[in-house]
Amino acid sequence: MEKKAEKNISNDFSKMVNEKNPESTLLKDCILAFVIGGLICDVGQFFMNLFLSYGVSNDDIGYYVAAIMVFLGAFLTGIGVYDDIAKYAGAGTVVPITGFANSIVAPAMEFKNEGYVFGIGGKMFVIAGPVLVYGVSSSVIVGLIYYFLMR
Amino acid sequence: MAEKKLGQQTVKFNNPPSIISTASIAGIKEGEGPLRDYYDMVLKDDLFGEESWEKAESKLSRETVLLSLSKANLTPDKIDYLFAGDLLNQIISSSFSARELKIPFFGLYGACSTMTESLSMASMVIDGGYADYAVATTSSHFCSAERQYRFPLEYGTQRPPTAQWTVTGSGAAVLAKNGNGPYVKFVTTGRVMDFGVKDANNMGAAMVPAAADTILRHFKDTGLSPKDYDLIATGDLGELGGELIKDVVAKEGYDMGSKYTDCGIEVYDTEKQIDVNAGGSGCGCSAITFCGYIYDQLVKKNLGRVLLVSTGALLSPTSSLQGESIPGIAHAVTIEMG
Repeated sequence: MEKKAEKNISNDFSKMVNEKNPESTLLKDCILAFVIGGLICDVGQFFMNLFLSYGVSNDDIGYYVAAIMVFLGAFLTGIGVYDDIAKYAGAGTVVPITGFANSIVAPAMEFKNEGYVFGIGGKMFVIAGPVLVYGVSSSVIVGLIYYFLMR
Repeated sequence: MAEKKLGQQTVKFNNPPSIISTASIAGIKEGEGPLRDYYDMVLKDDLFGEESWEKAESKLSRETVLLSLSKANLTPDKIDYLFAGDLLNQIISSSFSARELKIPFFGLYGACSTMTESLSMASMVIDGGYADYAVATTSSHFCSAERQYRFPLEYGTQRPPTAQWTVTGSGAAVLAKNGNGPYVKFVTTGRVMDFGVKDANNMGAAMVPAAADTILRHFKDTGLSPKDYDLIATGDLGELGGELIKDVVAKEGYDMGSKYTDCGIEVYDTEKQIDVNAGGSGCGCSAITFCGYIYDQLVKKNLGRVLLVSTGALLSPTSSLQGESIPGIAHAVTIEMG
């Protein structure tokens, strides 16, 4: 009997929580993510055009731009600015490659106190690790499909 | 029935212990909050001159205890027991602080409910005649909690509107057999309650069932009602939890109305301070609010009788990842000047 009463209260409670739960400001968040993420892409495009004008070949340009953007992401993380931008940008700072740099540099900074091996070395990929594991795995699978079907 | 037991979960003290002094040290963000004038000290640097956040939190805990003792003109060797706990794995802030203090030590884990848990234990030990003096304390630090429970500090994430901000701060209370008050009159020990909230960004709501259960049990056991209190303060339910609990308790016929507040709402200015979203949380939340503002108001007799209900979310990063919901706990302590 008491179990049943408790279950009723529990159901009522879930309803109350859902009713009172404040909504995330989805539209505003999307716009901010679009604008700030877009600006990061503009910076990338700027460097791309710059290198092209210096005669870097189309095949190599990706490496140059990626290196610059990773550096910028890491640098802004290092001076403690990237997370402040991310508070407003959300996905806008997560999706570009600068976000990837941030996800590796942030734990590396954080866990320095636990030493260079088990701290920095061990914890550096706590956030980026899953992305790498599944990114690499899925690219292998796609590569195999390509190899057998499109050859 | 046990001699000092009242109802199902409450203890009534025959010789109510007196809280003879308190001390509170708060972090930078808390020092910008509305209760800043009531803290004994506000940090200028959240590392507190240490190398790591954990060391900083431990120093916070230690310095707060020493400050509370010096305010009562006592030294650590006069204290019979130290009851302390915190949020970190293996409660290192408290044990490492006790390592320096050399007071006989009981380590507690009640997550953010530790302030009233330690007050309960200290009061029972004194009323039971096992101690003349006992110290109840707890601490939390935003940075050490964040790296244990969530993400590295510099990692760029957005916080949902229900997320609460872990308070950096520590509060300590010195309890004595004899003193001029305020006195601890009742202790209602909570049960672990879980209504299935899984969102670790909504801990306030997850703790509401436990807080409501303890508050209702307290009223039933003691025969008191909200009108007997000048203030009923929960620990860290935040804005959403604070609204929910008023409804849940009112449904059972106890209208807390304007007597009710939540330390997590009081500790920050949620309108002006960025990032605090739904309010404060952490052991330090009810600790600095009680040891700062509430104790001050009790001593000045602006508040006569207060029910402090610190609330704890008993989750761990592992339990969350394994898909467990968040069990809550709440302990209530009645403190009055009379």
